[in-house]
Amino acid sequence: MRDFFSPGRNSFWLVLPALLLLLVALGYPLAQVVLRSFTDPEPGVGNYVWFFSRPVNLAVFQRTFVVAGWVTVLCVVLAYPYAWLMTSVGPNMRVLLVLCVLVPFWVSGVVRTLAWVILLQDSGVINRMIMAMGFEKIRLIRTQTGVIIGMTQVLLPFMVMPLYAVMRGIDLRLVQAARSLGARPMLAFLQIYLPLSLPGVFGGAIIVFILGLGFYITPALLGGPRATMLSTLAQQQVLQQLNWGQGGAMGVILLVATLVLLAFAGRFARRRYQMGAGGK
Amino acid sequence: MNLFTRLSIWLFCAAVAVWLVAPTLVIVPISFAQKKSLAFPPDGFSLQWYANLFQNPEWSRSIISSLKVAVIVAAVATIIGTVAALGLERMKARPAGLVRAILITPMIVPGVVMAIGIYAVYLDHQLVGTLTGYVLAHSMLAIPFVVIAVGASLSVFDARLETAAASLGASRLATFFTITLPLIAPGILSGLLFAFVTSFDEVIVALFINSPAMKTLPVQIYASMTRDSDPTVAAVGTLMFAATTIIIAAGLWFGTRRRRS
Repeated sequence: MRDFFSPGRNSFWLVLPALLLLLVALGYPLAQVVLRSFTDPEPGVGNYVWFFSRPVNLAVFQRTFVVAGWVTVLCVVLAYPYAWLMTSVGPNMRVLLVLCVLVPFWVSGVVRTLAWVILLQDSGVINRMIMAMGFEKIRLIRTQTGVIIGMTQVLLPFMVMPLYAVMRGIDLRLVQAARSLGARPMLAFLQIYLPLSLPGVFGGAIIVFILGLGFYITPALLGGPRATMLSTLAQQQVLQQLNWGQGGAMGVILLVATLVLLAFAGRFARRRYQMGAGGK
Repeated sequence: MNLFTRLSIWLFCAAVAVWLVAPTLVIVPISFAQKKSLAFPPDGFSLQWYANLFQNPEWSRSIISSLKVAVIVAAVATIIGTVAALGLERMKARPAGLVRAILITPMIVPGVVMAIGIYAVYLDHQLVGTLTGYVLAHSMLAIPFVVIAVGASLSVFDARLETAAASLGASRLATFFTITLPLIAPGILSGLLFAFVTSFDEVIVALFINSPAMKTLPVQIYASMTRDSDPTVAAVGTLMFAATTIIIAAGLWFGTRRRRS
């Protein structure tokens, strides 16, 4: 027992239970998904050929990326001024701003989506406001727009937090220096502040995009047949049509897309770091 | 920066804040609706949906199932995750980085992909709709949160305190329980909370592995939402919202009090 807690020694035994749990509850299931995508109903790459040869699937595949992309862009636009404001106010105001970002997390994702269903439904609050202003009623629920609105709200915190972390570290004297040398405010922002805050934008954008690709609940409840995303399609294949091979192939495609993005992001981050270390 | 720019940023951010908070609040009035409808604003006032929550066995059983699973998951994930975080802290940098990357994979893998795999495995091993099945899957999902929370506590922990205790003759075990554990307790506690919430909120895997015999609350909410317009969903949401608000307010209150004293 003495050696159990001693530094350096036996530390592997301490992480072993966690690794075993992951192997049983995640590694083995994922291996099953990959295996079935290549063997069910018959060995080969038939499921992948099927996926990429059907226009319906390709449309969903493309839509998944488009929706995740739109959500990412909207998150950047909304989070950038918000995170900046967080760096420029007093501590109490900052707590309030953080709380507002975290409130969507206080209720379960399903309930949060219920709130959006209530607001976006055809006779819902938003449509009645639009009609009161004298415009035509628009379809929001069961459309891509509705899904994007709901997802952006849920994912905004993942954009605000990394942005805030980076912006807090920016030395504002650099901006002042640029101003004192005659740069207009807009130019000082574009040339100094914006480039310095880009690592935060990039970090947050990657997280939001990856989480957005795998979203399931919001598209399933707020979208409809016309706004299906890859996750929903994979779920239907497995649960409704018992099509393990085709559903598995979709899962693998989604997983590979996620991993490729992560690898790309990791590489980009490392390169930036090396550039910084090189004194550039 | 001139006044106009500053003012417009303030207005923009206020609008973002309203958009973040207000939608969630619409469930509160809906939960007191008189008619079985999700129309907003609702007519009349009644407490029938709250009563339904406790009288309708479908709802009450799913609440009990969820609480049971989440409590066990919080215990299991906190113990395994804390031990793993301690191990990571004592490992050499390179293997520690690799193990840490493996341990946070549940946060990265898309929910549906793991749900399909877990469902396949559970069907083969008769784990669908069982307590063991839920606990196994949810503990795996909660591990990263515990490892991160406890790891953050450990990274600011001064290891010289352990050396000091040891030099005064304390055994490794005594040092751990009287020095290390109390000092990283806040991290463990927040890991425990995260684990509980992760399990209590989890819906994607639960949608695949549930059975009529055992459904968790999010599955019941999801089923109710896709079936009809039942304000009971809003009543559950309101109760959860109130509970979280109280916990967070208490946390903030104790936090500021401790800082002042």
